[in-house]
Amino acid sequence: MKRVDLVKLELKGITKSFGALVANDHIDLVVESGEIHSLLGENGAGKSTLMNVLYGLYQPTAGEILIDDKPVKFSGPSDAMAAGIGMVHQHFMLVPVFTVAENVALGGESTTFGGVLDLEATRKKIRDISARYGFAVDPDALVEDLPVGVQQRVEIIKALVRNARILILDEPTAVLTPQETDELMDIMGQLKASGTSIVFISHKLREVKAVSDRITVIRRGKVVGTADPGASTTELAAMMVGRSVSLTLNKADAQPGEETFKVTNLIVSNDAGQRLVNDVTFSVAQGEILAVAGVQGNGQTELTEAVLGLHKHVQGSITLDGKQLLGLGVRQVLRAGVGFVPEDRQVDGLVESFSIAENLILDLYDKKEFSRGGTLNRAAIAKNAEAKVAEFDVRTQSAQDHVGTLSGGNQQKVVLARELARPLKLFIASQPTRGVDVGSIEFLHKRIVAERDVGTPVIIVSTELDEVLELADRIAVLYAGKLMGIVPGKSSRELLGLMMAGLTADDAAAQLAAAGAPVVRDPSTEEGEPA
Amino acid sequence: MSAATLQESLTTDRLAVRSWRPPIILGVLALFAIVVFGILGPGGNATFRLSQDGDAWQVPNLVVPAQGFGWFAALICAALAVQAYLQTKNVGRPAKWVTMTFTVVFVIGLLVWIIGGTKTQNITVVGLFTGAMLITTPLVFGSLSGVLCERSGVVNIAIEGQLLAGAFTAALVSSMTGNAFAGLFAAALAGVLVSFLLAVFSIKYVVNQIIVGVVLNVLVSGLTGFLFEKIMKTKVNGATIFNQPAHLPDLPIPLLSEIPVLGPTFFRQSILGYLMIVLVIAIWFGLFRTRWGLRVRAVGEHPKAADTVGINVNRTRFLNVLAGGAVAGIGGAYFTLVAVSSFSKDMTGGLGFIALAALIFGRWNPIGAALAALLFGVAGNLQSILSLAGTPIDGQFLAMLPYALTILAVSGFVGKSRAPAADGEPYVKG
Amino acid sequence: MSGVQSPEPATVPAPKPAGTAAPPSEGKRIVREIMSGSAMVSVLAVVVALVIGGLLIAVTDQRVVAAAGYFFAQPGDLFSAMWTAVSQAYGALWRGATYDPTARTWLGQLGIFETLTFATPLILSGLAVTLAFRAGLFNIGAKGQIIMGAVFAGAVGFGMDLPPVIHLLAVIIAGAIGGAIWGGIAGVLKAKTGAHEVIVTIMLNYIAASLVLYLLKNQLKAPGSTNPISPPMHENALFPLLLGPNFRLHAGFILAVLAVVGVAWLLDRSTLGFEFRAIGANPSAAQTAGMLVSRGYILVMLISGALSGLAGVTQLSGTSKSLDADIAGSIGFDAITVALLGRSTPWGTFFAALLFGAFKAGGTSMAVNANVSIDIVLVVQSLIVLFIAAPPLVRSIFRIKAAKSEGARA
Repeated sequence: MKRVDLVKLELKGITKSFGALVANDHIDLVVESGEIHSLLGENGAGKSTLMNVLYGLYQPTAGEILIDDKPVKFSGPSDAMAAGIGMVHQHFMLVPVFTVAENVALGGESTTFGGVLDLEATRKKIRDISARYGFAVDPDALVEDLPVGVQQRVEIIKALVRNARILILDEPTAVLTPQETDELMDIMGQLKASGTSIVFISHKLREVKAVSDRITVIRRGKVVGTADPGASTTELAAMMVGRSVSLTLNKADAQPGEETFKVTNLIVSNDAGQRLVNDVTFSVAQGEILAVAGVQGNGQTELTEAVLGLHKHVQGSITLDGKQLLGLGVRQVLRAGVGFVPEDRQVDGLVESFSIAENLILDLYDKKEFSRGGTLNRAAIAKNAEAKVAEFDVRTQSAQDHVGTLSGGNQQKVVLARELARPLKLFIASQPTRGVDVGSIEFLHKRIVAERDVGTPVIIVSTELDEVLELADRIAVLYAGKLMGIVPGKSSRELLGLMMAGLTADDAAAQLAAAGAPVVRDPSTEEGEPA
Repeated sequence: MSAATLQESLTTDRLAVRSWRPPIILGVLALFAIVVFGILGPGGNATFRLSQDGDAWQVPNLVVPAQGFGWFAALICAALAVQAYLQTKNVGRPAKWVTMTFTVVFVIGLLVWIIGGTKTQNITVVGLFTGAMLITTPLVFGSLSGVLCERSGVVNIAIEGQLLAGAFTAALVSSMTGNAFAGLFAAALAGVLVSFLLAVFSIKYVVNQIIVGVVLNVLVSGLTGFLFEKIMKTKVNGATIFNQPAHLPDLPIPLLSEIPVLGPTFFRQSILGYLMIVLVIAIWFGLFRTRWGLRVRAVGEHPKAADTVGINVNRTRFLNVLAGGAVAGIGGAYFTLVAVSSFSKDMTGGLGFIALAALIFGRWNPIGAALAALLFGVAGNLQSILSLAGTPIDGQFLAMLPYALTILAVSGFVGKSRAPAADGEPYVKG
Repeated sequence: MSGVQSPEPATVPAPKPAGTAAPPSEGKRIVREIMSGSAMVSVLAVVVALVIGGLLIAVTDQRVVAAAGYFFAQPGDLFSAMWTAVSQAYGALWRGATYDPTARTWLGQLGIFETLTFATPLILSGLAVTLAFRAGLFNIGAKGQIIMGAVFAGAVGFGMDLPPVIHLLAVIIAGAIGGAIWGGIAGVLKAKTGAHEVIVTIMLNYIAASLVLYLLKNQLKAPGSTNPISPPMHENALFPLLLGPNFRLHAGFILAVLAVVGVAWLLDRSTLGFEFRAIGANPSAAQTAGMLVSRGYILVMLISGALSGLAGVTQLSGTSKSLDADIAGSIGFDAITVALLGRSTPWGTFFAALLFGAFKAGGTSMAVNANVSIDIVLVVQSLIVLFIAAPPLVRSIFRIKAAKSEGARA
């Protein structure tokens, strides 16, 4: 399967607008054959839109796509696939109740007479590709039973089976451990060696620098420049954000007080009886930030849900100031002094069709400040909203606007404003800056640290290692629902990476010591980066 | 590979989340069986007549002592309930065979109790089944329409309307042309027309599919009612010539039609009866064994995934909805071309909703839906037989059975019924 | 239900909120909404539906068919016949629903009061659908809830002997309880097992229909009657007539208006309504903010069922005066169309119910005076709802530009 049909991909002046919003503004991009070309940009910079245009999912408003210098037009993904373009989507495009073979075959099925499916050929192709790249994917496994890392490989197989010569990888590392990320980069290297061009989309500078042949930086829908992988992190960050960014948060050392929040032998199970959080014990002191790190889906969500009283099957103990929280309803937990920023603000944090003002009282609407005798006090609600909008710098014309009209960063400020409004004894923020612009990230991080500095115990749950390292005083790592250990905030990336892959803190430290790698970060060589 | 170990290391702890619901339900039902079938069981024998006079092969009647059999069934049920309790305690859930056997024994016990309680204490099994087919046949067509639509992700509440449109059009065209097959063809077309509206509004204009379905039922009811008054009631030379449809004849299959019980039920039908059997098998095969089916199911489960591999989601849905309309339209024709002699206002009488129930109870599977339709048909026919035979339970309670079972099914009390993941979700690109 | 999909927000380059649509105040917002089309679409939907209904009347009219036979000889005859057919039918509809100067008695002239009588149960059951809809539940079960409300009300109304006023109050409460139980079943199943309320309420409709038939043949049967019909309600259990014995309009209409006011307060002003709306718009966020979603589902279905039950009471104690199996008639499904036409707001539902009440009142007169089957009303009603549900379709018919407020909820 040596590939000789090398291709060159060129985008010329691609513009894509949705109504008045211009998501891509005259973007030019050249991907030479057999190169890994990274597309670097903040969340919302327009990277995914551009790739959806390239994959035929969107029609460009203006501009053209050239393959081997010949203009092509894609009216749908099938055209793009026929032209040799494959895509691994950020959210996998796999049918959960289908087998791997059915998913791979879908859209390009081989059949015997009368359209009867013949999956044998597909199975063979899957086995061939698996063998070639060391994937170990069972063609007859149900996709919903597979871990995300394997599902990603199924996506890659899908593209390769269709003879993709240009592979688009859209934020592929978001769901992977650092080690899995390394494995993926190896695979990308192999693909490149066999002649496949790769467009790698990411906002993580380190990965982009490690894997790329060339880097194109996009900001607010425009190409702001290209760079070598050798460019410095600060340089790239400045290009990406549009100004020089202070990469490190200036925060004072923690002044930990009494340990008021304690989780003991916590077990959370799902309906099928699988333990999603398995016997976890830890505590958080007043005035410190404990970050819970780990790859998405290792029990972080269930841990926070258990604290809040959202989960059905919970055993163990969760105490705040000696008071047992387990068994309480969400409202009682919130009113016991817990502030909670959920990981997905659009799903769990906000009612998008409600106004900002209404969202700001979503938890306290029945308290006497905002209602009397079951009737809402609209004046008080509006006044509260004005004050919060000003205090948290929510960029909006009116507090009566629907929250859905706000940008991600401003939406997150609304959630934070609401959750910090109650007198808090514990503050939990899950993915506090996911999908948020850099300006808002700085603001949100400062508010979180400020909450710590007034003496509240703070828990940050984040899958972004950079955010963890930036905020944490101590770091707890979850893997497969188990606590791999709690390590100091200054621990090295290598240590955390090993722990995120399933090693206990001691084993990981021993392994690093044997290899001569650092267990603690050296601040002089460390470059931070915006999340 | 760390990802694979993740899966392995998720410790499973079934006992922590075991559900006591199944053993409790079985226990309550077993208690009911002991009290009603056993203690309060009727005396005498229940007789099941398996052959009709004039059948080529005469099979002797099946006679069981009603109360004795009642005790027998009740005790088996009780034993199975205990077994379910033990299994729940030890492994978290009862085995499938326990609940299945329980259901079968309970239903047979119920049947014996009902027959034993009638004045005559006997029932013609053939009559029970052939009568049931009058209800089952349109139900199967209706639920197949639902399968075709919902497997592709479009909820079809308009089955009732499709059936009614088919019944009306078949009667009208068959009366006008004197040709039953012309009526059949027109009925399919009428079903397609209703489906076309469903498709246009729910797919093109992204209107809530339940709303469109509800409204289409009203529209068809109004339209057929209006035209019935205006056209079918119009007398020409003293006769309502537009409501005298030519009928589809029965086509008994030699030999097969002589098999006791099965023969009269399945092999002495009109062409629609055979078409029904063919369609159930064909749609099942198509959905689960062919390229078409793989694509349809993908569109119903994860439309965006289908889109990214070049499948036109909305076209697939559109075509499936139209095909569903044709099937339901043909099912509607059964009313006026086979079952009764003429069209009457709102003659489908809610059967479209029972078809929806059969679809759900049959778990969106053509064969499951057909079996559910058969069950509902038997229950419906039992109701009319019993109202003549004089019975301890009122026929109205049997009439409720399909609906009650469906509620239990969607509530998770009886098995688990999972709709296609994207059922009812419109697909808009981007 | 907006037909326009907003672009993927994540790909939008950090939008500056300046300049774009920003409704500054409640009053201005309402004005803008009316100006910008959604109310306009409702009016136009009614017009288009009436036009289609008119065409249907025209093409099935015997005189029109006759005139079509010699169309090429005298084309004018066809059009004048069509005009005659339609104007007669709609004329009769209009007069029957409002004011008929040609009627023999002055009492017969005032069809407007018939309209209000027909509208009464539609208002109540329409509110039931509206309320549930705002909490994110699609209550298709108004029919079953009306039946069960009437059964309970009937049991008190003809089964007991109580003093005036108290008897009627008892009937009203019993009816509300009956409906609430039937709605509550769907609410509890939704909350506790996740059973889809659409399926459950449809099935409960048929169970209620069978149940009432059973009861009418047994416990609730009028002595000596062979038909499944109950004894008449006691005098004390009836709604007083508002305009004397010559008009059917009864005090149930006042109950309905009070219910509109109550539901409007509940939805827009109360903390409970805030909860309902939050649960309806985003149950996950409501739960995370401490609201009890399952309690909300149960409560809203109890109240919704009670409203439908009250519709059953107004039917029983206001118009039919004894219980039969057809007590709900087509009200259950009309309620859905009323709520949709009213755009799921209490006052919108009120006016939509008046319109459909007028159709019913006028439809009877149309059937008698113009020989057009009342079924055409069903056709027009369903077309209205279809057009309203698909604003882009109406806009394309009238070539209106899409309003800017696409983001607004239906």
